[in-house]
Amino acid sequence: MTATSPTVTIRAGFIPLLDAAILIIARIKGFAEEEGIDLTLVQEFSWANIRDRVALGHFDVAHMLAPMPIAASLGLTPFGGAVITPMCLGLGGNAVTVSNAVWYGMSVAGADNGGDPKAMGDALRAVVAERKAKGLPKLTFAVVHPFSSHNYYLRYWLAACGIDPRTDVGLTVVPPPYMADALAGGHIDGYCVGEPWNSASVVAGVGHIVTTTSAIWKSSPEKVLGARADWAERNPEALAALLRAMHRASLWCDAPRNAPELVELLSSSRYLDVAPSTMMAGLTGRITLGAGQPQPVQDFRYFAKRAATFPWVSHGLWFFSQMVRWGQAELTPATLETVRQSLRPDLYRRALGPLGVALPNASAKIEGTLTMETPVATANGRLFLGPDGFFDGKVFDPDLIGDYVNSFDIRGPGPLDD
Amino acid sequence: MSEADIRILVIDDNRIRASVIEEGLREAGYSRVSIIADSRPSVRAIVEADPDVVFIDLENPNRDVLEHMFQVSRAISRPIAMFVDRSDRAMIEAAVDAGVSAYIVDGLKKERLKPILDTAISRFNAFSRMREELDRTKRALEERKVIDRAKGILMRLRGIGEEDAHALLRRTAMNENRRIADVAQSVLTAADLLSGGKP
Repeated sequence: MTATSPTVTIRAGFIPLLDAAILIIARIKGFAEEEGIDLTLVQEFSWANIRDRVALGHFDVAHMLAPMPIAASLGLTPFGGAVITPMCLGLGGNAVTVSNAVWYGMSVAGADNGGDPKAMGDALRAVVAERKAKGLPKLTFAVVHPFSSHNYYLRYWLAACGIDPRTDVGLTVVPPPYMADALAGGHIDGYCVGEPWNSASVVAGVGHIVTTTSAIWKSSPEKVLGARADWAERNPEALAALLRAMHRASLWCDAPRNAPELVELLSSSRYLDVAPSTMMAGLTGRITLGAGQPQPVQDFRYFAKRAATFPWVSHGLWFFSQMVRWGQAELTPATLETVRQSLRPDLYRRALGPLGVALPNASAKIEGTLTMETPVATANGRLFLGPDGFFDGKVFDPDLIGDYVNSFDIRGPGPLDD
Repeated sequence: MSEADIRILVIDDNRIRASVIEEGLREAGYSRVSIIADSRPSVRAIVEADPDVVFIDLENPNRDVLEHMFQVSRAISRPIAMFVDRSDRAMIEAAVDAGVSAYIVDGLKKERLKPILDTAISRFNAFSRMREELDRTKRALEERKVIDRAKGILMRLRGIGEEDAHALLRRTAMNENRRIADVAQSVLTAADLLSGGKP
């Protein structure tokens, strides 16, 4: 399509996070305009606002936590209304950070700068056990939202290392920009969040990054584009045009040569309002874990490579399996069907197929079986996926959710806080 | 439960706005209003307020924190987001436009919420107008300074009086269909460039 004056307005909400990059770049680098879309971006400050304003129709689409469209479609959120996931906004990009005091205890227990989730979890378990023996209060970890990938990744990691996230530690919610302050003030002892809010604590000298979610679950999904189902139904062409624009934006964001311009653009107060240098670590995957030199973290983040924007049904079902595991949702044929319906690789295919994008033939995969980068079957072009393993070696078969959930010793709703 | 018994909690880290809202609610007969202006609301502070209604401004990231506390804390009687009943759409729209979100504890009837919410919304709007007014005044002052400096430069470079300098600016603005403050800014920029000063 040639550059014409925009014909369709699409209103989108976003939270100031690095993983909103594709949406933001689609607008400011003109990819949306080339598709005939006037993409209006509105900066929001809480996921609750995003959720409500999508439901109210103020936003047609939004930057969302991957489990949010699922929770909304299941009616687990106040205003309800089906929300679909026609595209993912990338893979990886999160980390787990602890306070200097906790890190000191972990290093005494043998933790090093290797970032290995198993070794780090063992060291943390030692700290947790020691506190228990001494009668000290439980450590408190923060995530960004109850229906967030961070909540499930953190719980998965803790539980797999023998730390029960319901009873051995406290879990709370802190908005991403407040994480470093809450850690410095001793209100929390650690957290799981997307970049740049891990590096922010390291830069401020108040925390240490222990591991990344890309190490807990390799090639794990991060934020998604959520679209109100009735809007998507009525505006298939506009949605397809938006997906094309965002696909081009994802390629632009993934190109290393664009990194300096990308952080410069995102640093504006209209978007992230964070210093470009603080964002660079999370963008390039060259991360300073604590005091010391930045080190490359394997496969830390992808905007486009490895089918990073493909909305895998198996990714959505994994989040659903964790909702069931922790007692947030019930597994029934009806809920399962609702979750399946909320993931729309069909819309992704329809929009991007004509562009010659290499699309996987399958819409779901067994998660955790690819130990290395592997070529997969596509309709056109070459596509590599993986590695996609969980650090504890477990495998998720999306057709066997019930068995998968039951295979965890640590599961069920937590007790209410006093 | 009379108006005076309804406990209202306002969570807003803008203390001035919180006070404006509190004052409005008190004037309307609601005497039990408390404010949390902390950037980190604690469960204890909420328990102490024991609210029937909670207001929080929509720009406050702590909405997510609040909703989490409502879900997991045994101590807080569980308020629910106002956005529950689609029949309240007009009320919801007005609230969102004003930039406020409300949570009500089960048991407080909708009819009783309406006047409280109306008061809060009008106070939020009044505060926004106040802020806009203040911004406008500030801007006008700034522009005034720019125009004065531009006049000074014209007077010096062209050897004319203040009135002539002002007339020159105004005429140029009219001819170019621009605001006089914008023309004045161009004069300052040009003068800086020509004198090798700051860009």
